Amino acid sequence: MSIFIDEGTRVCVQGITGRDGAFHTKGMLEYGTRVVAGVTPGKGGASVEGVPVFDSMKEAVERTGANASITFVPARFATAAILEAAEAGVGLVVAVSEGVPTLDAARIYHRLVELGTRMIGPNCPGIISPGRSKLGIMPGWIHSRGSIGVVSRSGTLTYEVVDQLRREGLGQSSVVGIGGDPIIGTSFIDTLRAFQDDDQTEAVVLIGEIGGTDEEEAAAFVRNVMTKPVVGFIAGRTAPPGKRMGHAGAIIAGGKGTAEEKIAALSAAGIPVAERPSDIPSLVASALGRAE
Amino acid sequence: MKIHEYQARGILRKHGLPVPDFEVVSDPEAARVAAERFGGRVAVKAQVHVGGRGKAGGVKLASGPDEAADAARAILGMTIKGLPVRQVLVESAVDIADEFYVGIVVDRATKRPVVMVSDAGGVDIEEVARETPERIHKEGVDPLKGLSDGQAAALASRVESRPEIAARIAECIRGLYEAFSESDASLAEINPLVVTTSGDVRAIDAKILVDDNALFRHPEIAAMRDPSSETEQAKLAREIGLSYVKLDGSVGCIVNGAGLAMTTMDLIKMRGGEPANFLDIGGSSAPEKVVTALQIITSDPNVRSILVNIFGGITRCDDVARGLVMALESSPVDIPVVVRLTGTNEEEARSILAEHAFTTAESMDEAVGKAVALVGRRP
Repeated sequence: MSIFIDEGTRVCVQGITGRDGAFHTKGMLEYGTRVVAGVTPGKGGASVEGVPVFDSMKEAVERTGANASITFVPARFATAAILEAAEAGVGLVVAVSEGVPTLDAARIYHRLVELGTRMIGPNCPGIISPGRSKLGIMPGWIHSRGSIGVVSRSGTLTYEVVDQLRREGLGQSSVVGIGGDPIIGTSFIDTLRAFQDDDQTEAVVLIGEIGGTDEEEAAAFVRNVMTKPVVGFIAGRTAPPGKRMGHAGAIIAGGKGTAEEKIAALSAAGIPVAERPSDIPSLVASALGRAE
Repeated sequence: MKIHEYQARGILRKHGLPVPDFEVVSDPEAARVAAERFGGRVAVKAQVHVGGRGKAGGVKLASGPDEAADAARAILGMTIKGLPVRQVLVESAVDIADEFYVGIVVDRATKRPVVMVSDAGGVDIEEVARETPERIHKEGVDPLKGLSDGQAAALASRVESRPEIAARIAECIRGLYEAFSESDASLAEINPLVVTTSGDVRAIDAKILVDDNALFRHPEIAAMRDPSSETEQAKLAREIGLSYVKLDGSVGCIVNGAGLAMTTMDLIKMRGGEPANFLDIGGSSAPEKVVTALQIITSDPNVRSILVNIFGGITRCDDVARGLVMALESSPVDIPVVVRLTGTNEEEARSILAEHAFTTAESMDEAVGKAVALVGRRP
């Protein structure tokens, strides 16, 4: 099993004719993802990498049975694109687009709850189930199939960790980049719950960073609900307060959201927290009871 | 993005809030003329992008034009938390009977705007939140429906018992929410919102932070950016699309991705070094970005070694390597540069770098160790 996506997921790429959309469509197809449709308003009838392009999500869903979308549209059109996908009835929207205004993200979040659509992101690398399918921009070749679930607010930091897990022979069940924005569709807790229920997943790596309280809430969830071991890492121990560190959501505001608070919360919940990414594989191995 | 108080007042006024007349001036004589025009007592307030300007002496009351000119002279010469004051706002002083706080932020946990009111106006609201949280009243707002009249009235009645004044406060709360929502603010606050001795309600301060990601649809707000509030390096970074935060250490960093960039800083500190900056070159690997990044970092006189840490997924390592070579050929630096490139096209990148004076590393830990050890050495 895998979480949120599997081999059967039928994907529509929003913004498929753009530079990024076309590039990553190729990457997803090569990885084996079933990309069945693309949407770019005004480009209906075209095709990209052999994938038919439609003018609207509604048409794409009706004609191809797409049940998930991934958005590569520029930020200023992303809100409309995400809402259009959800209104067309797909169950999952992976919003790669960076730069969605925060109040738009709030409106999208609440509308998608009403429609019953899950959003991953925005401002995220997407999700991959190694060997099965990927809806995202991550390089497929660094991943390997296995039993470790990974959930992260970052992109390249996740690649770094996944690469090290693979080198140590620790394959992954699913790797989810939930996004670096202050308001995101799928939280740490949503993903941890899915990993807890997933037969393939035996342990989880949680990669957090400064800003907000999602890690603290995740720590409480792990303590109260999860039976599978979790290993943590928090980026931003040296980040100064009041400065946005690249991600819109990575900011210590009013003294809140520091790495220290998050590390303390995770530790208090019995979650070992790695000091360096390179320490993660050995912590995972010992959490699994496999002595090195 | 931060905007000045006078700019925020302009936005509030457009949304019907009772903002008293004011003038913004940049010399004492103009302050005198403004005070003459208003008559009576005036307030003179520094227009600068920092909190706590009152405590720093950036707000003064003056009994007439001469005192207003003196106050302006004193404030215009000040530097508050490192920022020089170039403009002051002059306005009629009002006789205050009561002071309230009204503010709106986006709550990340509930994913909705939250309106806060307090009868502890005119003081630092974070202090109120710490010391007497029971004096802050909150209402979460459904972002699809907006603030209801009932919510505004309920909030106003928590801080004011006289119905006609509470109704005016409720109107201010509604106006502030409208301003918050329509200008895509991440924070909008009036502190204080005052009731005068004659029973009028007045917004005598205003603070608005605007979501950078929404500036594309608010060109009139984007134009309010104060160029003097930004360093040359920050401006260069913003214009080419790099995320850059200057710090005080000696190890300059160029990294792709925000999480990896923060982690790189953390590891530098752990190895006994001090990071000089946060810098994320983003997902695109255009060599020009690397050139600009290097230019920004080498303009910091504290930087004594440079660490380039790239995990190439979409970013191609060979592009980054070409950018580095291009940068060093056009303007050689006398600081050691440690490069770690892993991922897409790493072999090609390595052969490009091999012909130049870079120190290379295979892993992030190794790269950090070398960059810290090489601080102050020759390349």
